[in-house]
Amino acid sequence: MREAALPSPALPSRISPARSRRLHAMDWGFRWLTGGLAILVLFLLVGVALSLFLRGWEAFHHFGFAFFWSDAWDPVTENFGALVPIYGTLVSSLIAMLIAVPISFGIALFISELAPEWLRQPVGSAIELLAGIPSIIFGMWGLFVFAPVLSSAEPWLNDHLGVLPGIGVLFRGPPMGIGMLTAGIILAIMVIPFISAIMRDVFLVVPAMLKESAYGLGATTWEVTRHVVLPYTRTAVVGGVFLGLGRALGETMAVTFVIGNAHDLHLSLLDAGNSIAATLANEFAEAFSPMYKSALMALGFILFIITLVVLVLAKLMLWRLGQGQGKTGL
Amino acid sequence: MNAVRNPRYLRRRFWNIFHLSMAMITTLFGLFWLVWILWTTISYGATALNLELFTGDTPAPGSIGGLRNAFVGSLLMIGMAVILGTPVGILAGTFLAEFAQGSRLAAAIRFFNDILLSAPSIVIGLFIYAVVVVPMGSFSGFAGALSLAILLLPVILRTTDEMLGMVPSTMREAALALGAPHWKMIVQVNYRAARSGILTGVLLAVARISGETAPLLFTALSNQFFSTNLDKPIANVPVVIFHFAMSPYPEWQHLAWAGALIAAMAVLALSLVSRFLIKDRSPR
Repeated sequence: MREAALPSPALPSRISPARSRRLHAMDWGFRWLTGGLAILVLFLLVGVALSLFLRGWEAFHHFGFAFFWSDAWDPVTENFGALVPIYGTLVSSLIAMLIAVPISFGIALFISELAPEWLRQPVGSAIELLAGIPSIIFGMWGLFVFAPVLSSAEPWLNDHLGVLPGIGVLFRGPPMGIGMLTAGIILAIMVIPFISAIMRDVFLVVPAMLKESAYGLGATTWEVTRHVVLPYTRTAVVGGVFLGLGRALGETMAVTFVIGNAHDLHLSLLDAGNSIAATLANEFAEAFSPMYKSALMALGFILFIITLVVLVLAKLMLWRLGQGQGKTGL
Repeated sequence: MNAVRNPRYLRRRFWNIFHLSMAMITTLFGLFWLVWILWTTISYGATALNLELFTGDTPAPGSIGGLRNAFVGSLLMIGMAVILGTPVGILAGTFLAEFAQGSRLAAAIRFFNDILLSAPSIVIGLFIYAVVVVPMGSFSGFAGALSLAILLLPVILRTTDEMLGMVPSTMREAALALGAPHWKMIVQVNYRAARSGILTGVLLAVARISGETAPLLFTALSNQFFSTNLDKPIANVPVVIFHFAMSPYPEWQHLAWAGALIAAMAVLALSLVSRFLIKDRSPR
């Protein structure tokens, strides 16, 4: 239709019909090439889930639903259950979140509201550097440096927190320095940069006008944060926390070094445990029987599904901030 | 005068100062770990640094050696992953930014790309084990490169998408008005405008895969000897660090720390360069 508007009779086209057709074909080809590769991403994700499920099918089929709540893990008799690794994955990530969320919030608050302009960039970059350090270094640091420090603090935990009724059982155990608590703390250090970076970005989205109105009414910085910034960004903040949780659940190397690799179920956080990722990293190379391998693949599938659910929730919550922003239109 | 003594005012002031101090303390706390971990890596790693590291291969327990085979293996696999993953990521990102903006398909692909971006790397390793290593019948450097390429792909896809989205539409219109076909406009105008941004994405992605250990455990495995054959298991820095650090031999542990220091420095250098590139681009 646009061609009709051009003064074509006066300017005869110098592109021959054949060339024009070729250019069109290339346009079409380029479009389909890029489109096909983009759709590949969707297939990759489906492929990951499907291949892990199929490889783990032997274990799922053989053990049935008992696989999920059996705490057995015996390669000799080929009796496998996923309870211990699932428990370890969830508990170590939970410890990590309990530590990382308040600290990340503090860091985000400092960078977005408190720090003088010249300090924001360097502090932000430094925290982000922490995110760039390869996870295996966290693991080595945890095993060689942090675990000895923690093991000298653990008798104190035994004596003071271990005597408390109820939660005391969590803090009674051998002061080895490795175990669930160590894994949780190191995971926390690893996810702090992620969560605080997202929180900072999200806080910066809050329209200045909203904040200034509150300041104009005489609110303090904390009151503005508590009553203006947080309500405005609540879902996205939770989304950022979930994104960090997704990272913690699947983190392998840092956990493998310090969780203790023991297939026992203990309530105590000081005892050695195991996580799905650590089990895979430690045992995969030694798993020669098909059922052993299949059980490990099944664990991988469970890990993938858990993180998938967490990440989808995270994305949906972060997405809603973008939507809400458009609607308020401030 | 009255306001200053007002208990309500004092209470608000107290909580304000309390929370702001907590924010400051948590920031120091976060930086404290960074400094501690970096310091550990440098002090342990620096004592193990020597020339032998780059000339010798991974030694048997009790003897001395270096990490030459691991460095070569890692570089080969990372290079291969970049060759495989970068074009796919850039072209797929081009589709999202140029052909499908605002469509439901693009939204879905962006969503799942972000999921893939955050999916645990160990799961990607298992996937490649299931679809490449098992059919091929052996662990291989190629499988390792492929798993790294899958980790690289979503990062590049996302940055390409974002960077092309920042190219002003007037430039597109100018190219089209001159009669350029769509693909030519993208390749010769948009790519050129977004070049440094896309390059940043590639560097960030390489930084991400350089330290990855978990997927290589199931794909490339490792190799005690020098090898450049990507069809067979191949030595690589992260897996060697993992084995050596977990070993009871002090020589191996020293090598692990040296490898860790070099890996960390490489990753930090890459992210600093990409940061510099971002800053270098004129704002907005």
